[in-house]
This record gives sequence, C-alpha cells and structure tokens, in this order.
Amino acid sequence: MVTSMRQLAVNQKGCINAVTASGELGRRIRDMGLVPGTQLMVVGRAPLADPVAVRMKGFTLSLRNNEADYISVEAL
Amino acid sequence: MAQTIRVAVSGQPNCGKSTMFNAITGGSARVGNYPGITVDRLEGVYRENGHISHLVDLPGTYSLTSYSMEELVARNVIVDERPDVVINMMDATALERSLYLAVQLMEIGAPLVLGLNMMDEVRRSGVTIDVDKLSRLLGVPVVPCVARVGQGGKELMRAVAETAERTKGKWSPFRLSYGPDLDPIIERMTKVIEAANFLTGRHDPRWVAVKYLESDEQVMAEGKKAGTTHDDLLALCAEAEAVTRQHSATTPDAIIADWRYGFINGLIKQGVVKGGDELRRNNSDNIDKLVTHRFFGPLIMLAVLYGMFLLTFSLGEYPKGWFEAGFEWLGEMGTTYIPEGHLQSLVVSGIIGGVGSVMSFTPLICIMFAMLVFLEDLGYMARVAYMLDRVLRIFGLHGMSVMPLIMSGGIPGGCAVPGVMSARTLRSPRERLATILTAPFMVCGAKTTAYLMLVAAFFPENPTRAMFLLVLAAWAFVLLVSKLLRSTLIKGESTPFVMEIPPYRLPTLRGVLLHTWERVWQYIKKAGTVILAVSILMWAVMTFPELPEDTVAQYETQKEQVAEKVKADNPSANEEELASLTEDAQKEIDDAQNEEALKYSAAGRVGEALTPLTNLAGFPWQANIALIGAFAAKEVFVSTMATAYSMGEVDPEESGSLSERLAADPAWTLPAVLAVFAFMLLYTPCMVTVVVIARESNWKWAVFSVVGGLCFAFVVAVAIYQIGTAVMA
Repeated sequence: MVTSMRQLAVNQKGCINAVTASGELGRRIRDMGLVPGTQLMVVGRAPLADPVAVRMKGFTLSLRNNEADYISVEAL
Repeated sequence: MAQTIRVAVSGQPNCGKSTMFNAITGGSARVGNYPGITVDRLEGVYRENGHISHLVDLPGTYSLTSYSMEELVARNVIVDERPDVVINMMDATALERSLYLAVQLMEIGAPLVLGLNMMDEVRRSGVTIDVDKLSRLLGVPVVPCVARVGQGGKELMRAVAETAERTKGKWSPFRLSYGPDLDPIIERMTKVIEAANFLTGRHDPRWVAVKYLESDEQVMAEGKKAGTTHDDLLALCAEAEAVTRQHSATTPDAIIADWRYGFINGLIKQGVVKGGDELRRNNSDNIDKLVTHRFFGPLIMLAVLYGMFLLTFSLGEYPKGWFEAGFEWLGEMGTTYIPEGHLQSLVVSGIIGGVGSVMSFTPLICIMFAMLVFLEDLGYMARVAYMLDRVLRIFGLHGMSVMPLIMSGGIPGGCAVPGVMSARTLRSPRERLATILTAPFMVCGAKTTAYLMLVAAFFPENPTRAMFLLVLAAWAFVLLVSKLLRSTLIKGESTPFVMEIPPYRLPTLRGVLLHTWERVWQYIKKAGTVILAVSILMWAVMTFPELPEDTVAQYETQKEQVAEKVKADNPSANEEELASLTEDAQKEIDDAQNEEALKYSAAGRVGEALTPLTNLAGFPWQANIALIGAFAAKEVFVSTMATAYSMGEVDPEESGSLSERLAADPAWTLPAVLAVFAFMLLYTPCMVTVVVIARESNWKWAVFSVVGGLCFAFVVAVAIYQIGTAVMA
C-alpha cells in the first residue's frame, strides 16, 4: 500500500516509492539518502508529534511532517 | 628538500572529521575566518618523512551543492585552491550516505583519500566492511580509522603522501553514469562546453554539465557572466527536463541523486558490507525513547538547561571575581602611579573599567561554551532542536534557536554575547539571523542587576513575581518580534529541518577544550579591540566638556569652608579623625559636583536634549543618561543612575539605598516605571553584543539591531506610558 510518509506509525517500516519535493528541500532530502528504493523505519516522534525520527541506511534522520508529505512510501 | 603537500580535509557533519584533524595536526591548528562569512577556517601542519603537509579543514557538509554557505566554501576551496590531495573522512556506520559526498568529490576530480572512521562502532554492531574491496572498486585509497583514540591518522597521512606522489597534481574527474535519459544529453553538453572553452579554466567540462542539470545556482551565475554558451546549456537542460518528466515524472537533479545512490548501492552490494541490519534501532534510538519522550523529554530538557545555567553562574562566579579583583587592582595601581588628571581618569575609569567589566565575563563564557560544546558533541543539542522545533517554527525560528535564546538570558543572568555566538550551530541563515537579532532582548546578567535595583525600588512587596513576569515578557517579545521579522525583513520559507540525529558519543576532553578555547579566544581578541575604542568614547562623552573653572572653584570653596567648620567643631580631634570627618562632610558637595559635571558633559547634554522626546515615554532625565551610558554595558545603568542621583560610587550588587531614593522621587510614576522597564528590555544591545552581531552577520544587521531596537523600544515605551497614564487618570 502506497501512502505518504507522514502516515507511518512509530515502529512501522516502509520503502520509499517516490520523492516529489524539488528545489532546496528536494535536494536536502535526497542528499541524506531518501531516494526511491530506500527502506526506513519510523523510530519516534517529537513530543508534539512533529518532527518525526526515521531510521535508515544505518543512521537516524529527523524531518518535519510537512516535509514527509513529499515522500511517498510503500508500507511494509 | 622537504616536499610540501597541500591537503584539504572534508567530511559530513558528525563524522569525526575535526577529531581526526586535531589528531593529525596536533597543537598546530589555527582558526581563522573565510573572508566575509562566519565559517571558521582551520589550518594545521603535519610533518613526516621529509614531507610537510599543510592541512585545511573544510566545513562539514553532506553534499557539495550550493545551498548553504558551508557547502559553497567546501567546494570553492577545492576548486580554487586546488589542494594536492583531499581527505574525505567518512562515518563508516552510515557508509552509504558518507559515500554520497565521496562520489561527488571524485566527480570534481581532486586526488582523494578516504578515511573510514568509527570502525570500532561498525565492528561492535556486527558489521564487516571489506576495506580493500571498497578501495579497489572506487580506485581510491581507503584507510580504516578510529579518530577518537587517534587510530589511523598516521596511515591516512602516509596514503596522502603516496597519493600526492602518484598523481603529481593531476586531477582525474570520475565519470559516473546518470542513466540512459541523461547520459546522452550530458555528452552533448560536455561537447558544447569543451568547444566554447566555457568555464574550463576553473572546472571540468562534464562536471559543469552535471551542475547545470542540477541547476546549481553558483555555477549557473558564473556561467551567465561567461558568455552565450550559458543559453545553449539552458536549452539543453530544458530538453533534459522534458525527457525526465516524460519518462519518470521527475526533474534531472532527482535522477542524478538517484543514480549516485544507485552507484553506491551497487558497490555495497558487491560484498563491501556484510551483516548488520540497517533498520535496527541502535542504543541511541533506545535512549531517545526516554530522552525525547512525550512527557519526560521536556522535563529532562528543562533540568539539563537549568543545571547548565546554574553551573555556569555558580562556577563562573569565582574566576569572574578574580578577574574583577585583578582589574580593580590594576585600577588602583593606575590611581597610585598615574598623576591625577585626565590621563588617570581615562586609564582607570575609561580603559581599565570598561575593558575590565567586559573581560570579567570571559570565565562565564568559557564555562558556558565548554558545556555547550559538550552537549553539542554528545549529540544532545540535536534532540533539543528536535523536541522544540514544532513550537519555535510557529514564530519563524528553528529548533536549534533555543540554545542561543536561553544563553542570552532566557533564564535571567545569561549573556547575549555567548548567546549570539552560539547561534552558529544554526545551519539555516534566515532563522539564524532572526535568532541573533532577538536574543539580546532576553534578561541578561547585566540587565538583571539594573532590574533588581528598579524592582527593589518600585515593587518591593513581591520582587520575585516582578522578575518572573519580566522574563515572561522577554520571551514573549523575542517570539513576537521574530515572527514580525520573519514575516517582513527576513521573509522566506522556513529552512528544511531534514537533519541527522547523530548517535550519542561521549566527547573527548581534548576536543571540548580545544573548541571552547577557539571560541573564547576569538571573543577576547575581536571584541576586545572594539570594546577598548568604545570604552574610551563613552568615557569621553561622560567627562567632556568639563564644568567651567569658576563652578569648580565654587565647589572647592564650599569644601574648604566645610573643612574649616569641621575643624572648628572638633577641636580635640587628631589629624586622622579630622580627615575622615571632613571627607564625610564633603561627600554631599562631591556628589552634587559629580551630578552637575555629568549633566554638563556631552552625554548629559544629549540626555537633556532628548527630554522632549523621552517625556513622551515619561522617562526622568536621570534615566536618559543612564540608558545612554548602559550602551557600553548594561550594568552601567546602575552606576550612572547613582551618579545622577548624587550617590557617588555605588556597588551594583548593593543598590539598596539608591532604590530608596528612586522610590522617593515623584517623577517615577507607575507608567513611567513600566515604560523604563520595557525600554531597558528592548532597546539597543550593549556594544559588545553589537560587535558580536556584526561579526556573526554583518554591520548592516548590527546597525539595524541598534537603530531598530531603539525605535521599537521607544514605541513600546511610549505606548505603555501613554496608555498607562490615560488609564490611571
């Protein structure tokens, strides 16, 4: 099932399907390794449920919910 | 003859690059600044086997685009200074992401040596990395390291020497395939570039082509100036975009990033990495279950911040006292050995007093920075930013803004100087600027002394509550003004928060000390020179012009008369008692003389001249002068008020009697008091802070903080006074 990364629950895994952000945001997202085919797992959310922390490629990354919206994932 | 090798050290943030740099260069590292920007430039030397290597530490960046100052600097140093070898330190625990930078460096073409750091952590997590295979596949020397314990530095430098020997300064840009959609177009673009000799003096043709496809702002701006080939390339870029949109519904830069990662993925799948689970939570993720927990996270954060604060001011009090005592002693020496007159006054009150009051903050700054560097290197600051980002974002700030705000006096007693300096940890220019400009509103230690005096005078029944409300007001103003700035002058979308949460790593003592020292030394050096100048200026405007001679003569006659009278009244007193009695009796005249002299001085006249304006806000004239003087350092408010209220010398710590006099003065109505409170909070930062703001941004913004702060504070003060007076009438 393909959904936005924002929808993933803590401890849920997913595989990136597409990244639709462009410009600076798109570049930063891709630079960190969020490219199609990357597997990830949500490991936590900040106290106000935003930003979200994600485990991928051997490290932990955080990004805001509205940035996660640009990333569609195949929930695993 | 010794051979010189020029080496640039690059790497992603948190990869242990600085640790390795320090390990290699030992104590020889020197900090400087890249001209015009606030990115530190660290240089050092390494000697072995007849080679002298000059190393420059590049800013940590994840990539080599042109989106941030750090990335631009890193790239430009490589392109313009053409180092003989580039060392790329990599976090082996995040090998894929680390290789992303390495591949980009290979594409530029500089001879590369990879340092695979954190190999101990890799082993511990049950992963094996085939270093030789990685080296063979990339065609680049790879050296396993553990920078924390200094392992691998020697081997790294040996590889550097060999690489320099082998390549002899020849660059060979790596040709990465970007797939069937882009490769043909890149080929055509490269031909166009080569044919026109377009930017080839500085860059590799194919690299320029790729940068055009990535719509790299810097390269394109350079290209636009270089000639019409620019337009041909843009046309080809448009063609490329049409192709990628049609085939994969995305832009060329996305395809480029995908293929780079694809290439890396391919390497790794060829057996470079074995074992481990990339998605498994590591220890840090488990710790964070508590540290960033919905309830405990914020509690722990408050405890840490408060503890840090407490420690700074309790621990810093002692060395601060020594510094103050030292400068006091210097002042006394000055009084003793320099003949009385202008020179003595200049040296003692102006230079030693002014510079001393600022320098005595150095220990506090030292301690605060040491703790900040510790928390930062530990990885905790990233968690704080993560937890608070949602709140601060509303006001146009960033999660990382919280530290500078707290340091500046978010808990009263901080200091805007280290506060503004610590805003360096913010990687987003707009949020950083908003933080720098508003942080000085906070109730810093110097303002606290002034407020304590005023609160004791006007709110004696509940001083704690008054101070608490004041701090709340400071926070409110910081957030609201940030919001205001970010929606007007520093408009722009919020910088993406996409940020690595680094694993917790215990910092090395050496690293913490080194970083702290770098910062503190810059503070002493840069701020010191300007403070000296402003101290002299402030002294001059509060001293000149002096009272006319006949006025001084009148005071002298009065004093003599008093002395005569004391002598006549106490015929039996010995000489010592007489001197002390005379001094007491003359004190009142001295005070009156000081008050008149201050009124007569340039500062006093400006204060008087401003009265029509400040009457709108209800400021008593004494407050005018004191607020002018407080530009030098906010503590000066208390001492100037003391002079203006004929109190002679007053210790800011023991301002009780001054408070009584203020309370007795009918000019201080409640609205006037509140107006002064607000003005004090918001107006121009002290001169040291202004200098630091200029250094951390530029003089334009420093001037803005002076003028803008002044106007804003005045408007707020007038509003409070006028509304207050109207309501109370």
